[in-house]
Amino acid sequence: MLRTDTGRLSLILLFTPFALWILLLIVLPQIGIGYLSLQVKLAPRVYEFGLANYFEFLNEPIYWNTLLRTAWISVLVTVLALLVGFPVAYYIAKIARKRSRAALFLLCLIPLWVSDLVRAFGWILLLRETGVFSSLLQGAGLIGEPVELLYNDVTVVMGLVYTVVLFMIVPLVSTMDGMDNALIEAGYNLGGSRFTVLRRIVIPYAMPGIVAGCIIVFMLCAGSYLTPVLLGGKNSMWFTEQIYQQFITRYNWEAGATFGCVLLAFTSLAVWLGLKLTGQNLASTVAKD
Amino acid sequence: MNVAAPNSGFLRGVYGGYMLLFFLYLAAPLIVAGVFAFNDSNFPALPWNGFTLKWFFGTESPKIGMFHDSRLLRGIGNSLYIGVIVSAMAVAVGTCNAFLFERKQFPFKGFFYILMIVPLVIPGVILGISILVFASMIANGADDAIGIELGMLRPGIPLVILGQFSFLTTITSLVIAARLRKFDTTLEDAALNLGATRFRVLSTITLPFLAPAMFSAFVVAFLVSFENFNTTLMLVGPDAPLTITMYDRMVKVGSTPVLNAVSFFLMVGSGVLALLSVLVNRRKTEE
Repeated sequence: MLRTDTGRLSLILLFTPFALWILLLIVLPQIGIGYLSLQVKLAPRVYEFGLANYFEFLNEPIYWNTLLRTAWISVLVTVLALLVGFPVAYYIAKIARKRSRAALFLLCLIPLWVSDLVRAFGWILLLRETGVFSSLLQGAGLIGEPVELLYNDVTVVMGLVYTVVLFMIVPLVSTMDGMDNALIEAGYNLGGSRFTVLRRIVIPYAMPGIVAGCIIVFMLCAGSYLTPVLLGGKNSMWFTEQIYQQFITRYNWEAGATFGCVLLAFTSLAVWLGLKLTGQNLASTVAKD
Repeated sequence: MNVAAPNSGFLRGVYGGYMLLFFLYLAAPLIVAGVFAFNDSNFPALPWNGFTLKWFFGTESPKIGMFHDSRLLRGIGNSLYIGVIVSAMAVAVGTCNAFLFERKQFPFKGFFYILMIVPLVIPGVILGISILVFASMIANGADDAIGIELGMLRPGIPLVILGQFSFLTTITSLVIAARLRKFDTTLEDAALNLGATRFRVLSTITLPFLAPAMFSAFVVAFLVSFENFNTTLMLVGPDAPLTITMYDRMVKVGSTPVLNAVSFFLMVGSGVLALLSVLVNRRKTEE
């Protein structure tokens, strides 16, 4: 009797901080922006309940074009991050020797600990009109005048891949680390070509890592703010920038909350689809260790 | 012979070259951001005018170093203050969560576990605005109903702390739970059999075992807090932390090498902390 009472007491004591945290900082605030997005402003301090904010979002092409653009660039960045990151992860997990493996992995993680802001600042110094690349190209006599490499879509995509590629590499390395080289050897012995072995053995084995990496990268990309704004300039047309503008610059919280809900619905849908199509679940994907 | 590697020397060379290029790509912006802090010039750009420490310690305009720039110093102070408080809170609640999910059985545990992970998959900007909206609703409600102005629910340091806490707690919970999973519970049983109280078992056996993980969780939370931008941007008041101050400076004043000095300082700082965390964990696990 005493045992179960203390057991129950400690359960309550442990559950309370968890419940307060999730309820007050996650669940209720999300309901709060959902509620605010349904408040339609009629006059100062006069509101009506309705979907007008969402209709306004749909009626204004610049808003949903920004969302589509954000979505499309995020997909592109995810694919590129996978293409760039996969060979690197394969090298670290399967080719590098035991000693250099840990060092390479650590080297991959270093930029993770550097603020987005510092990384974007570094790219600005490299790519702007008076930047390092421009000066070097002029010094080498390849171009006559300073060249502006910032503020275009290619730079934004390159910068986003840079910010997120590590989140692709980490899950890929941890999945492929467990793969036995004998599997690859068996593939060759059975007459498989390099490409067949990659397609039929390595990629299926790495699939959980690929899914985890793609989901994390997509989320980070769609929710990123600094890289598109700083490398893309004023006309970067990024969805989180719209949210910021509605909230802070125009002080139109209802519209901002609507955009927030749209973005959240959109990213949740993308994650859910990704998990559904590949038969994975959220807990095992995001919280591997 | 490693069967996983390409078998022709040429292909191996190409692969090695690719790895080298990749690491150059990773390092280039960081190197540039750091190196120009030491260039004796008013702009962080080529040509190289010689080595200087003025951007750290300089006192004469225009070369006022970061350690004499009162706004940047205040930013660092605010970031430290926020980081220490939010990390301590996140480690405390994270430890509770670790015990809750590793030791206890209760209804809908799977569902609650998913709820615990969810903050990591909500974009930071949205966490920021949702907490801003919710806090303002409460503050407005209190103001209208009982005429009390709850200043701490308006944008400012307390809200920044709450905003960062909301997702850092997931990270600390996962780090501490992973260590708790490795704990051998027979040690606790042995101590209990020998007559120790539950509290004594917790404080002399279980918590010391968890200490390195709690330390790493603190360091990780502190670093992420120090560098956080998206959530903080939405909740910041007049006392801005360093990243926001630096962003303001970049957008409004344009870049001067003092920002490189701050970048260098940030990189060295996080490097040292990360290394410390690795060392503490290595020593503890070797014991």
